[in-house]
Amino acid sequence: MSQSASKMSPRAQARYNAMAAAARRQRRLQAMLPWLVIFGMFAIWEIGCIVFNVPVFILPAPHDIYAAAVRWWYPLLQDSLVTLYSTMMGFGLAIVAGLLLGIAIGSSTLVYKGLYPLLIAFNSIPKVAVVPVLIIWFGIGVWPAVITAFLISFFPIVVNVATGIATVEPELKDVLRALGARPRDIILKVGLPRAMPYFFASLKIAVTVAFVGAIIAESVAPNAGIGRLMMVASSRFDVPLVFAGLLTTGMMGIVLYWIAEVIERRTTGWATRSTDQNLAAGG
Amino acid sequence: MTRPFVEIDQVAMRYGGVDGTLALEGCSMNINQGEFVAVVGPSGCGKSTLMRLVTGLWPATEGNVVVAGQEVDGPLTIAGMAFQAPTLLPWRRILSNVMLPLEVTPQHRDKLGRDRALYEARARELLRLVGLEGFDNKYPYQLSGGMQQRTSLCRALIHDPALLMLDEPFSALDVFTREDLWAVLQNVWMAKKPTVVLVTHDLREAVYLADRVLVMSARPGRIIAERVNPLPRPRTLETTYTAEFQDLVHDLRGYIAAARSGEEVAA
Repeated sequence: MSQSASKMSPRAQARYNAMAAAARRQRRLQAMLPWLVIFGMFAIWEIGCIVFNVPVFILPAPHDIYAAAVRWWYPLLQDSLVTLYSTMMGFGLAIVAGLLLGIAIGSSTLVYKGLYPLLIAFNSIPKVAVVPVLIIWFGIGVWPAVITAFLISFFPIVVNVATGIATVEPELKDVLRALGARPRDIILKVGLPRAMPYFFASLKIAVTVAFVGAIIAESVAPNAGIGRLMMVASSRFDVPLVFAGLLTTGMMGIVLYWIAEVIERRTTGWATRSTDQNLAAGG
Repeated sequence: MTRPFVEIDQVAMRYGGVDGTLALEGCSMNINQGEFVAVVGPSGCGKSTLMRLVTGLWPATEGNVVVAGQEVDGPLTIAGMAFQAPTLLPWRRILSNVMLPLEVTPQHRDKLGRDRALYEARARELLRLVGLEGFDNKYPYQLSGGMQQRTSLCRALIHDPALLMLDEPFSALDVFTREDLWAVLQNVWMAKKPTVVLVTHDLREAVYLADRVLVMSARPGRIIAERVNPLPRPRTLETTYTAEFQDLVHDLRGYIAAARSGEEVAA
């Protein structure tokens, strides 16, 4: 800015400064906006409950939920950790299996043709329906939740990794093949790095649906976890506690999503550059 | 006379089974070691197919392709290729994009770890030669289209390929950038003397760069004319305004017109 000041007319300089300031304001607003929205939602909720005098067992006000969360903080924490554990186990398995199968499907038409219909069929089965089977196989415990989380989060990963690998430009393949590259080289040097943005996009979906899977299993086979906590609480008509469980789950989802996004930005920034580059250097 | 470096003998190429499209038929040509040959022809005449046959990426339906005295029966490992799109890897910096071939080609992949500094110096030297000095730490998206294409050219040259295959490498660029890159490519060729096959539909480009220009017929493609280009090197933009240059381009234009209308031409 300063070195260009000598060459710019005062009007142009003023206009440039105004645009840069507007861009800075825009960025500050963007950073604050999620908090404003969340806060606003709770405020409307609270006011609505008080104004319309909604009974606590229909819709508890945020302060009731907060009170329940404080009162039952220990079981809430313990069950959250159990759910988090099952979710992460299932999610971790889904990452490993999803990457491997995604690579296989993306790099071989044969595997793609052979497996894809089966995968589609499998993915259309509602996972709630599978939980009883899992209980018969693995008994009541942590495994049904882990496996349900795995089953539900594994499909988006497979599809995205496969897409990333299968869409490598044919010219690029030719360049490498004409150098004597083996198929493995092409996957390692081009296919996998290229699939990473797709992979991370799928992780953000997968990590949130993994929670759904774990909690479904915990609700059908109440052993431990947030799912069980909510089942127990609702059977006692302790609706504030049910909501405390829901909110805790939502918060865990946001945190995991955010972690996935940070890793994504660190590793695949090349894919999303230039989306907010305009005037970014000026601030 | 020694044996030609590339011998293509009565080659045919058909896509998609017995009643598929016939892209090439009865196509023959010889290319000598260190020669710069341009192949021109109407669009869709099988120029790009020819590239893939010579590099062994696809097998011919009929006929023989011999490179360096050996029949081509699988992908070569000595070829450098560049295409109309730069196809750089967006997650790699320019230097590491240029060095990609060294990581995969059998001649260099094992030596890369030990002699990395040596190879990096070589890559920087190439970048300097094409006018990209100081850009080695940039990402492709930070470069203009012409600069990306220069990088792509460096990538095709980094392993000192005996055979350089260029498939319309400059056709997506504006005229001024294109003319710059003609000079760049000529410099590189004069410095390293690889055998070059340049596929193009730009006749001025063909005459500026090549020792010999081959004209292909409309599909199914074969060679219908051949012009040796006697213009002295190094050629410059001034050369393109000389009468000899213009005459050659004019002649070739005549062959293309004939090829497009499907007439036979006496080569």
